[in-house]
Amino acid sequence: MKKLSKTFEPLEEITILFAGDSGDGMQLVGSQFTKTSSFIGNDVSTFTEFPAEIRAPTGFLSGISGFQINFGSVEISFPGDCYDVLVVLNASALKKIYSIFKKKGIIIINTSGFSLNNLKKAGYQDSFNLLKEISAYTLYPIDILMHTENTNIGKYKNITKNMFALGFVYWLFKRTLVYTECFLKKNLKKNPTLLKANLIVLRAGFNFGKKSSTKILKIKSAIFPSGNYRNIKGNQAIVLGLSAASVQAQIGLFYAGYPITPASDILHHFSKYKNLGVKSFQAEDEIAAITSAIGASFAGSLGVSGTSGPGMALKQEGIGLAFMLELPLVIINVQRGGPSTGLPTKIEQSDLFQSIYGRNGETPMPVLAPHSPSHAFEMAFQAAKISIEHMTPVILLSDIYIANGSEIWRFPNLSQLDSIYPPFANKKNFLPYERNERAVRNWGFPGMAFSEHCIGGLEKENKTGNVSYDPKNHEKMISLRKIKMDFIQDRLPLQTIDSGVRPGKILLLSWGSTYGIIRGTMKTLIKEKKRVAHSHIDYLSPLPQGLETLFQDYKKVIVFELNGGQLIHIIRDKFLVDVVSFYKIQGRPFTTSEIITEVYRLLTIT
Amino acid sequence: MFKKNTLSSNKEIKWCPSCGNYSILKQVQVILPEIGILKENIVFVSGIGCSSRFPYYINNFGLHGIHGRAPSIGTGIKLANPKLSVWIITGDGDSFSIGGNHIIHLFRRNINMNVLLFNNEIYGLTKGQYSPTSRLGLITKSSNIGTIDPPFNTLSLALGAGASFVARSMDKYPKHLREILLKASLHNGTSFIEIYQNCNIFNDKAFNIFKEKKDHTIFLHHKKPLIFGDKNQWGIRLDGLQPEIVSLDSSMDLWIHDEKDRTKAGLLARFFDDYFVHNKFPRPFGILYRKDLPTYDSLFHEHISFKENIFKRLELILKGNDTWEIK
Repeated sequence: MKKLSKTFEPLEEITILFAGDSGDGMQLVGSQFTKTSSFIGNDVSTFTEFPAEIRAPTGFLSGISGFQINFGSVEISFPGDCYDVLVVLNASALKKIYSIFKKKGIIIINTSGFSLNNLKKAGYQDSFNLLKEISAYTLYPIDILMHTENTNIGKYKNITKNMFALGFVYWLFKRTLVYTECFLKKNLKKNPTLLKANLIVLRAGFNFGKKSSTKILKIKSAIFPSGNYRNIKGNQAIVLGLSAASVQAQIGLFYAGYPITPASDILHHFSKYKNLGVKSFQAEDEIAAITSAIGASFAGSLGVSGTSGPGMALKQEGIGLAFMLELPLVIINVQRGGPSTGLPTKIEQSDLFQSIYGRNGETPMPVLAPHSPSHAFEMAFQAAKISIEHMTPVILLSDIYIANGSEIWRFPNLSQLDSIYPPFANKKNFLPYERNERAVRNWGFPGMAFSEHCIGGLEKENKTGNVSYDPKNHEKMISLRKIKMDFIQDRLPLQTIDSGVRPGKILLLSWGSTYGIIRGTMKTLIKEKKRVAHSHIDYLSPLPQGLETLFQDYKKVIVFELNGGQLIHIIRDKFLVDVVSFYKIQGRPFTTSEIITEVYRLLTIT
Repeated sequence: MFKKNTLSSNKEIKWCPSCGNYSILKQVQVILPEIGILKENIVFVSGIGCSSRFPYYINNFGLHGIHGRAPSIGTGIKLANPKLSVWIITGDGDSFSIGGNHIIHLFRRNINMNVLLFNNEIYGLTKGQYSPTSRLGLITKSSNIGTIDPPFNTLSLALGAGASFVARSMDKYPKHLREILLKASLHNGTSFIEIYQNCNIFNDKAFNIFKEKKDHTIFLHHKKPLIFGDKNQWGIRLDGLQPEIVSLDSSMDLWIHDEKDRTKAGLLARFFDDYFVHNKFPRPFGILYRKDLPTYDSLFHEHISFKENIFKRLELILKGNDTWEIK
């Protein structure tokens, strides 16, 4: 695992966490450090965590906002779990992080945030000895407020504390200030005095480092394949993927959403692309969002609606209607902790059953899960392609780790995007439920002469679409709708391993955002020549071919999930194999050590 | 433009014999060829209930949706393709109970669609429970000692939510209904027509009084005085904001109906309440309120452009603002 060297030897990767009050500007500092690191050639993965409340009371544990960055000269597949460098602006920030992670590393402390009052707010006892507590760390205590005061910027001394910390960290890693200076100049144009204050303090933080005896930590650039790169967050990638799909299919895109954490950003991003013909609509509730999207699909567009768990529950009747109508529709569920309102800002993968089984009646439909922020582009595009070409609603099952995480993305040229062929009606004697060789019905919609028809949620007669209560017809229609899933399965990539050896002793199986941490952990397991492999499922329904033979190549299969164990039931049900489960449901992702410990335990008994 | 028979579907109609829905279906079939819109550009959307089977019985595009959601489905259709003429067919339970949230937001947004409320003051398809428009005290299968919850005043609610076209008609007034339907189809904005519709099985003759007793009914005409009675012997006058019934010979300054006056439309809509409290004001039929207001669909499309260079634009969006190249 990672070791922090005290020499000048270059390090492979570093995880740094900026933490402070939700009003301290930690998100800005984190995103600036991310951009600068990306621009100078590091691979980067980030995650942000902030309280559900907008302005939580200052100084308390509940109001801590954090931005975590894992960057390095090697492939970075997840935001990191053990911090090499902590930047904490007050006592609560330290307590919150310290209680979860212990590691020899560097702690940069803003001493002005550690007054007796601060320590009390953080819940430290009077007898608490900070220095003793963190003696295992390399400590850089800095009175940031004193330094900002010394720069003579007057009233801005408090709100620029984050820039001082950023300047110091830039020096610590010998990073240039130029990207952040440009950013500030662009964004604070309208307030020259505030801009000046920020620039002065940023530089002051950097210079303070220079004058101190702090050792510089070196990280080389990573080696990337040639191409064009940018940073991307998961929700944004979904929006781009679906927009690209609508352009490729040459049909309109209609997005309807109702604000909900952590899916709201999807609505925000869609509303920016009006010049791409994208229509975004803020509906009065979750049900109006899904049903207006269905209306748009009926009228010949790609209807899309996004939400999170509780909103998904409200949408299920509408999803059933879209399934019955056999219309294209993409439903995005950015999962968060449940049940009910649950943990709105915490990670969980507990909506898998809801996605696969959540509707009344026999309603098998595709469920796709992106495994990282940039992969969300590809999965969203494929969700739209399957939805349009197979005339079926598709669920895109993301989560908060993907939504709020960011990573470097080699974005595609248009020529690299797949074509999408909508099955438009083209005959005069149109029958709404006549099917092609892949069991897909033709898409005739309002505005198209000679294809007038009425369809609805009632069971319909094969081909004509007329209402039918005929027993044999019902069974036939159920099977026709099911067969569509087989044709979708035919086009999915064969399931293989992501890394490791085949055959071997243990297969680690995962889905969704746990991909990154397991891929990262595999590096260690491979280095130690363990006979293990990792396989990751992007297509959860229908499951891709190749899983069965894959399972046969290992003595044990273990499923890692951030829920009470859901995929494991589906695997057992489909393949009758004795897979084992390793789950965690604490609102936090897996850590490398948890995975390694479990794999070692299994290795000794297998 | 089209013959009527091209608009009636060949599907077997499954409403009860003598249901008021037959008359409404017929009037719609009569006016559709006259509204100047191509057959393939007309869409009927419904929710669940007896009335919501309507789209099956007409030969245009139709979507028989889920309970209460027709206004939202229609919104999506209209916003996806603003050229379409969208007709929402709904019942009193569908739109004012389970779908209450959607109908008020449709009124508020003023999307250019037509809403036909088939109000029979009862749940028909589920066989006889009281609805949110059932009159107070109605005995039904689910209210065996009579309802205790007062009904919605549908037109007041529509006006309160910001509807720009609010009218009432009845299945038993075919000519009047056709007139109102035509005017609704021409109105740019959400047109709301409450149509009293007799359910002869579960709530028979609920509206007979408005057909049989002329002193219980008043027909509104723009710029015309409010006169009613079997011999047109009564008029309505306004004393401040208080309406009063006067005999025609004694009256000097009758209330002149003005479709654009929202305050007075509100008073007319409230004749409904007073009718039950004092049993004195006649029920108004016709257009209570009609005004051209900005529509959501036109504002929505102002900034949407789906024209040339779409690939170029997509390329720029994929690229974003901060990119770098590695060679």
